[in-house]
Amino acid sequence: MKRRDFLKNTMIAVAGASIPLSALEMIDPRELFAAHPELRWVFLADTYKCVGCGFCVKACKVENDTPYDANVSRTWVERYVITKSGEVHIDSPKAARDGFIAADIYKGQNPLALEVDFAHGRVDKTSVPKGEFASIPEEDIAQAFFVPKLCNQCENPACVQVCPVGATYQAPDGVVLIDRTWCIGCGYCIMGCPYGVRFFHPVYKVAEKCNFCYHRISKGLKTACATACPFGARQIGNIRDPNDPVTKAIMSERIGVLKDEYGTKPQVFYIGLNKEVR
Amino acid sequence: MKNHVWRPLFVVLGLVAVILLVRLFIVPDDFSVGERGYMYGYHRLGNEQEWKDFKTKFRTSTYCNDCHEEKMAERVGSPHALIECENCHGLAGDHPDNPEKLTLDRSRELCLRCHTRLAYPSSQRKDLAGIDPQEHNPGDACVDCHNPHRPNLEEM
Repeated sequence: MKRRDFLKNTMIAVAGASIPLSALEMIDPRELFAAHPELRWVFLADTYKCVGCGFCVKACKVENDTPYDANVSRTWVERYVITKSGEVHIDSPKAARDGFIAADIYKGQNPLALEVDFAHGRVDKTSVPKGEFASIPEEDIAQAFFVPKLCNQCENPACVQVCPVGATYQAPDGVVLIDRTWCIGCGYCIMGCPYGVRFFHPVYKVAEKCNFCYHRISKGLKTACATACPFGARQIGNIRDPNDPVTKAIMSERIGVLKDEYGTKPQVFYIGLNKEVR
Repeated sequence: MKNHVWRPLFVVLGLVAVILLVRLFIVPDDFSVGERGYMYGYHRLGNEQEWKDFKTKFRTSTYCNDCHEEKMAERVGSPHALIECENCHGLAGDHPDNPEKLTLDRSRELCLRCHTRLAYPSSQRKDLAGIDPQEHNPGDACVDCHNPHRPNLEEM
């Protein structure tokens, strides 16, 4: 055998051996879709109804064993105050665990730092210099509202694609879950999520995220946050059920999703979004 | 071909065999691609059930109603009937066994979650009865005057 032939044959053999058998199996997307035609969890948040009481965050933290005083939370509420001169102020003190009990709002000049921070509820009045907070006179406010945030349970979850060990995955009903026994805590998914929903669990030392209270919804209960909300600003529903009030609202109301341009197909729908909400 | 060409190949094949063998023992049996294929569905199937078995602590007012009917009846017709008992009283869990007593939050801050006046034009918050916490009896607990189960001002 010539050297040339040997190299050629080796390359063919290596290429052939590296094709997994499953790659030769053709998957029909219609087949996948038909496998679970009856259940796909979605969420509807109404920014007009939300009053920023934060009972949802309180309930979520206790229900899901998120350390209560740690600066992490599976869900949070953001306050947007837009002045008549066009300034946008956003804050979420302690992830709104204790609600918004003061009119003062974070007035920092670095929106990027704020975005990174408030996504994880890290904007804490005690940890920011006093001058960074200011009260905005009522007559200067053009728009002000509260936006509940939680995991979007994306149809194309970026966080799942980046997991190197198969510890996070999308369940057949659309909810993205984390296998705590299998997660190695590398943090790729925390970086990969465009919505800043994931965080590192300080007790279990693994990645952690909202899972629509999977233990509750699979028993026919509502999520803890939706149960705690006195105003119906948070609702959980099944988009495959045409009679579900959430499905009806999504079909008939003017709704929006967050960061549509990322192509993740988020499944948390909002009533009353505007361009300032990120 | 000569032996020295094949020898490294045997070493590589041996390594592959060892890795496959180790993998056989480490990877759980129910590891599978699920229905979403490799990109989104590669996981340990049993984990779905593990999450479903997670303990529920928020029992909702229907659970409270089993024993505390008279308290539930007190709220009927009040605007606070919208609020879950456990929002203020603390999550029930396995109450009355565990915890025996719930951690009721009677603080002023709890009421201020909704009742600090925030005149936000595009939020329902402006429609709630609101006070300025600095002006309205600062330092006093709201529940000293207001009955949280029937907060109507006429009944004070």
